[in-house]
Amino acid sequence: MTSAEHLLDAEETPLQLALEVTGLAVRTAAGQPVLNQVSYAIAPGEVLALVGESGSGKTTAGLAVLGHFRRGLVPADGTVTIRPRGGDQVDVLALDAGARRKLRGSAVAYIPQDPALSLNPALRIGLQIAEVLETHGYPGSVEDRIAELLAEVGLPTDKAYRRRYPHQLSGGQQQRVGIAMAFACRPSVVVLDEPTTGLDVMTQALVLKTVRELTSEHRVAALYITHDLAVVAELADRVAVMYQGDVVETGPADRILHQPEHPYTRRLLDAVPDLAADVGAAPPPSAPVLAAHDIHVSYGQHKVLRGVNVAVTRGECLMLLGESGSGKTTLSQCIAGLTKEFTGTIALDGAELAVSTRQRTSDERRRIQYVFQSPFSSLNPRKTIAQSIEVPLVRLTSLSKAQRRERVAEMLDRVRLGRNLGNRLPDQLSGGERQRAAIARALVTTPDVLVCDEVTSALDVSVQATIVELLGELRRELGMAMLFVTHNIALAPEVADRIAVLRGGEIVEEGTADDVLSAPSHPYTRELLANTPRL
Amino acid sequence: MTTVEVPPDTSPAPAPTKIAGLLGTAWAFPQAKVGTGLAGVVVLIALLGPWLGPVITGYSTTDFAGKPFKADGIAGTDGLGRDVLTRFLAGGTTLLLYAVLATVLGIVLGALLGMVAGYSGGWLDSVLMRGNDVLLSFPQLVIALLAIAVIGPKGWLLVLVIGLTHAPRTARVARQATVAVRGNDYIRAAEMYAVPRGQILLREVLPNISGPLMVELGLRLTYSIGYIASLSFLGLGIQPPTADWGLMINENRIALVVQPWGVLLPVLAIALLAVGTNLVADSFASAAAGHTREARS
Repeated sequence: MTSAEHLLDAEETPLQLALEVTGLAVRTAAGQPVLNQVSYAIAPGEVLALVGESGSGKTTAGLAVLGHFRRGLVPADGTVTIRPRGGDQVDVLALDAGARRKLRGSAVAYIPQDPALSLNPALRIGLQIAEVLETHGYPGSVEDRIAELLAEVGLPTDKAYRRRYPHQLSGGQQQRVGIAMAFACRPSVVVLDEPTTGLDVMTQALVLKTVRELTSEHRVAALYITHDLAVVAELADRVAVMYQGDVVETGPADRILHQPEHPYTRRLLDAVPDLAADVGAAPPPSAPVLAAHDIHVSYGQHKVLRGVNVAVTRGECLMLLGESGSGKTTLSQCIAGLTKEFTGTIALDGAELAVSTRQRTSDERRRIQYVFQSPFSSLNPRKTIAQSIEVPLVRLTSLSKAQRRERVAEMLDRVRLGRNLGNRLPDQLSGGERQRAAIARALVTTPDVLVCDEVTSALDVSVQATIVELLGELRRELGMAMLFVTHNIALAPEVADRIAVLRGGEIVEEGTADDVLSAPSHPYTRELLANTPRL
Repeated sequence: MTTVEVPPDTSPAPAPTKIAGLLGTAWAFPQAKVGTGLAGVVVLIALLGPWLGPVITGYSTTDFAGKPFKADGIAGTDGLGRDVLTRFLAGGTTLLLYAVLATVLGIVLGALLGMVAGYSGGWLDSVLMRGNDVLLSFPQLVIALLAIAVIGPKGWLLVLVIGLTHAPRTARVARQATVAVRGNDYIRAAEMYAVPRGQILLREVLPNISGPLMVELGLRLTYSIGYIASLSFLGLGIQPPTADWGLMINENRIALVVQPWGVLLPVLAIALLAVGTNLVADSFASAAAGHTREARS
């Protein structure tokens, strides 16, 4: 059955739908609208992707299906109708708290974003799944059902595995336990809230496949909340695009992804990094401005880096690619002088640097700058943006107070924040704006080398695109070298001149972006490329 | 389906909002207002009392006002025939001053110790905190009694010994809060720019642990008041003939049935002050918890 037929079904025989949300409006307790008239419907076995950036109301719209509203939000209007398996339609919003609770887990289930936070760390996973079944009075053998569920999500079913604690599982396995719990009572509707955000591409591909199989096999209606359109292309039958509390466009995934009508959808699509895009011309080779030679780091018995060599030349961007645990952040911290325990040499223009940043000279410190992963943690919440950006100027230059002010204002303009934002505190800015401020702090002393550690991973795809674009422009304007550390190979065409792939503490592949993307030599790189979702 | 205009900028700047500081947030809780009211009355009495007393009653704190333990005048006389009301009005000043000084000493010292331990980690943290644990294993009052027994009842000793025994308790709180803040990247950023460690503690760490420290401040003030009053009651704190609430309770307790005012007034004042400061501390705690919640969401 194609998606278009589903839509027609929806209009002619509404009783077929597993979930129908009509005219849902949600306000804050103070009366500010959060959702205006949101409507969507899902048939059994269908996956609807609810797409939008942070703050678009997509999570509020998704949680409403469970009859749950975050503190301070109240439903103002509309209905949320669920059709439990073999039961009559119910309007979730009309039920009292007790009846809603009964519905949750049995007729409608929720898979949260971070499996590490949603599983109880003190309970064995078998017990946690059993809890769901027992709470809802599962009629058959709970033991058998758990084995069946674990098999369905592709996990081992033996007793020993069931006796594990959540911390003994990987992130992907934890998320699959979360999925097993959600599907335990054979719900008719499942709400998935960005369930793959914290996972690397390989694990993400596996989890998506599991979700896909389970929904079609058991005829479950799935609502998949995400900001990542590339994931949508892999999974969804239909897409609803949300913007500022409205559904601005709905339609089959194929059409939305290839012929979007609404300008906002088009902008979201433009933001998705495209692996097939042309790679920019690499600068002519010259002597490296920064070279790390034979870097070893170990924590006790565990070797994090085993003899890594990387070098960047002036004006070049090297992408350091690796999944979590590959040692990429450790390497970038060695370069910035934030880790003391490493052996090997790091040289700036041929001159060897001291290990710790405190032993380096001000000029050496000035020339290597570092942008941290999360802008939510890298700016002091009690300092204004301008105060934070001024710190490197105070520490590393001898400019007067007035000169420093001028320089900060100039830099704020340069990262497209505007000098007026300087007197704001970080929590008055959005994630993208904060990351711009963090970039401004790193660039305010005009470094020769900029180390960017996963600078986009805490941001929405649409914001990620603007940050990547900004970094590219600034790099060309200022002619600095950049070490771009990331797990996302899809950014390569846009960012990288050369790529170095880090795995298990070793560089397994290195070459120009063109070569690595078109003819990867290492099986790991090939696997990465194959598993990266694309439109 | 609704059609909306899409502005070109992806991240529209939120309107500048007035930052309600911890104090502002705390004030919104009812216990802050009640607590400030209760403590405020007592503080006012303690501050203005020494001048008001003689004006109202016509006697100084040591004048003979009539026969001992009689209900003459507004609140009667004590065992030496001194006017109870005058002594009550004058009796809070020293207590309040000592309590505030001891609390400030304890908080400053404790915060410093805790921040250094929490920020540096490693062996220094272990040494400082184990030393701290040793001090914590003695009840505060026992150490105070010991020190006073050895050196004698002096005002400065009272402040010093109570301040010093507050410090290890505050240090634990400060260390815990510092450890939570230390992992943030803005601390690493400051380290990367080789900001001196003292400045990191003062400018990056301290503002971000001010919430728990404010709670601690209120709590320690309550304790200081209690301890100093207790020590004075035992005759080890403020010495006669100075008028003092703790001391007054001791002087007048033998005539509790005949002339209750001498005990009742200071007891009420101490209780109100303790309850009031505790309520204010409570509102700080609620506000600080709310602040961290907001910061995390």
